Parts: sequence; C-alpha cells; structure tokens
Amino acid sequence: MIEIENVQKSYNELKVLDDVSLTVQTGEVVSIIGGSGSGKSTLLMCINGLEAIQGGKITVDGVEVHAKGTNINKLRTNIGIVFQQWNAFPHLTVLENVTLAPRKVLGKSKAEAEAIGRKQLEHVGLGDKLNVYPGKLSGGQQQRMAIARALAMSPKYMLFDEVTSALDPQLVGEVLDTMRLLAKEGMTMILVTHEMAFAREVSDRVAFFKAGKMHEIGTPDQIFGNPQRPETAQFLASVL
Amino acid sequence: MFHTSLSLNDLGFLAQGAGVTLLITFWAMLGGTILGIVFGVFRATTPWWATAPLAFVLDIFRSVPLLIQLVLVNAFQAIAGLNVSAFMVSCVVLALYTSAYCSELVRGGIAAVPLTTRRAARSLGLTWWQDMTQIVYPIALRIMLPSWIGLTLGVMKDTALVSWLGIIELLRTSQIIVTRIQEPLFVLTVAGLIYFIISFPISRLGARLERKWREND
Repeated sequence: MIEIENVQKSYNELKVLDDVSLTVQTGEVVSIIGGSGSGKSTLLMCINGLEAIQGGKITVDGVEVHAKGTNINKLRTNIGIVFQQWNAFPHLTVLENVTLAPRKVLGKSKAEAEAIGRKQLEHVGLGDKLNVYPGKLSGGQQQRMAIARALAMSPKYMLFDEVTSALDPQLVGEVLDTMRLLAKEGMTMILVTHEMAFAREVSDRVAFFKAGKMHEIGTPDQIFGNPQRPETAQFLASVL
Repeated sequence: MFHTSLSLNDLGFLAQGAGVTLLITFWAMLGGTILGIVFGVFRATTPWWATAPLAFVLDIFRSVPLLIQLVLVNAFQAIAGLNVSAFMVSCVVLALYTSAYCSELVRGGIAAVPLTTRRAARSLGLTWWQDMTQIVYPIALRIMLPSWIGLTLGVMKDTALVSWLGIIELLRTSQIIVTRIQEPLFVLTVAGLIYFIISFPISRLGARLERKWREND
C-alpha cells in the first residue's frame, strides 16, 4: 500500500504539490490526469524518493520514504518506474540493460539474472532483441525495454510517467498493450498519462490534478462521465 | 639526381630521438590522465566552491605557455637543489599540463551524461557509486575518447619543447643533424614524417573505437 499524506513540495517560491493525499491499495490501478505543470510527474518522483518533499509524508508498505534512516535503495527495488524519456543505458545491450540491477542490486548470479531478463523481455515482446544495443531499437521498443528493466526487479509497484508522450503515434499502441497486460496481471500501478481512453479503460480510480492540487478523484465513470468539479470538466472538455 | 648526406646512422639517431619523444609522451599521458581523472571526477562531483582552488591552479597550467613552465620549473628545482633530471622535470611538467586539459575532458564527459539516465539508474536501486561506475563512467568515456586522442597527439607534439632543457628528442636530433649536414628542409621533412608515422596509428585507433561505439547508438 502506498500512502501519500498531505504532501507539500515546492521549488523555491513555486508550489508544485500542495497538500496532496492519496492512498493506493495493493492491486489497484490509479491514473493521474491533468495539464502540464500540474505536479503529476513530480508526485511519482517523490514516491520513490527521487525528489525530496517539504511537508507531509509518503509511506510504502509502512516504510516512510523520506525518513532519515530509510534504506532508499532497498525501497526502490520494490517500486519500478518508467519515464517519458525511456533512458536506455546506451553502452549496454538490451539484455544487459535489464540484468544490470538484478545483478548489482539484488546480487543475483549472471545466469539467474539472464533468466529473469529473458523472461521479462519476452513478456514485453522483445525476446528476439536480447543482444541488440538500444540505439538500434525504435522508441516503442526502447520504452518496452525500460518496462522490462523495471519489472526484472520484481517490484510490487509500478509507476508510469507519461510513458507514451514522447513516442510516435504508431508506436503508442504496443506500449499501452504492455501496460494493459500488467494491469490484467494484478500489478499495482500509478500512471500519469495523457491517454484518456486508456486511463478510463484500465484504471480503478482516476485523479485529476491542477496547479499542484488534487481536485478530484473517483472511478473512471465518475471522472469522465460525471465530473463533480468545474476544473475537471473544463480540463476534460479541452482534451477530449 | 637527388643527393643527400643523411646517412643510415643519422636515421638511427632520429629513431632514437623519436623513442625519447614517445617515452616522454607516454609518461606525460599516463600521469596526466590519472591525475586528470582524479581532478575531473573531484570537480564533477563536488560543489564548485570546494573545487575552486584546484580549478584555479589547473587554469594556470592551461594558460601559461608550456615552454615557460618547463624553463621555470627546471630552474627552480636547480635552485632548490633537488637535483632532478631534465627528463624527470619534463615528464612531470607535461603530466601536470596534460592533467589540466584532461580534467576538463573528464568533467565535461561526466556532465554530458543525461541526468534522466542517471535517475533511471538510481530508480532501479543502484547506489550513487554503482551509478557512477556502471552508467556514468562508461558513457562519459565514450563521449571523451575523441578529445582524449586529440590531447595525446597534441602532447606528443608539445614534447618538442623539452629540447629547451637539453633533452635530445626527435626535434632536437633533427636539429643536430641539420647543423652537421646543412640540409634543413630535407631533414625537417624526415622528422615531420616520423611525427606523422607516430600520430597516424593513434588517430586511426581512436577513429576505429569511435566508429565501433557509434554503431551501437
């Protein structure tokens, strides 16, 4: 369970997250929608401690992310994150990209890590690209590799930060298919996304952010069909 | 018919000079690269105010003509009675001079690794140190290599200046031969050719590595 309680975050004067609270249950898929600069991506960075917070607290399975004594590297093995820019490691092959963290962080042997890597890459449909360098892959393939890389750590949670925003339109579908598969398998996921139809389809709940505040959260049917807040309705009218 | 007094013996003498040039280049690059990596990593990973004194000293090495550095250091060590050989002085001064340039390459290479790539590494649970050794250094190395090859070739040519300290390296041997046989143009052409023969494989090797790495991008 991920518990976000009254989180405050600002860059100097600029408030990026303003009193945000959200609890994500195990097995749940929560989508976060909203315009750019609304703090959605920052919230994901805060959840695995890539960004500091100035107030409130975030706990993952009871462990407080920003507390002093927390072993953040251990915590991160439980929280996979995939970014808008897929961030492949260009000097490693696809398989090496995926096996690096299992070997270095989880201490798996090369053979064990490669078995995991192979399985995860097949899972995302890249079983035939193991020994290719990422530079040879399309954006969609690199993004799926990034998903496999995160999954290879067997995380309990997956965070997706606008993972299809930087992709050519014809490549979006293959990445969404991969995420759909994960959702079906029961993975706990938080996704920041601009793909409204996809959010509506896979989410248990959808949250709307604007200017660092969470304005509304509810079932997809409620948010997309009958938004309670004028800000939500206005945003949806502008994107749909 | 072309006639020259340049004998086989003279060629051997030139080759000996080239050997000294190579030896000084080797020590200068070895010392300069090791120091440059240490300085560069320090400067890339520490706040600017902590590295400012080092940056200032390195700037001096980069700004003062190498010839002046060589002559001054050699004079001071003599005055101080250190009794260090001219060869040693040459290697040390060239290594420091090289380290100033190399530290900039290292710093630039590390800074050029995208922050988002490093975040991705940390998000997988890699520690700061693992991120540096597994991700940052290998990527930075690829970024730096062409400039490092350029630096090597530059230093190799700069070693000609150590002849001022009386070291008989390639340029100096050619001058000695010129004084004797009075064929400056021909002898300098031969010396230039030798410099080229030394440089060419190094630059080809660099280009080959670069091409091999680019294939993967």
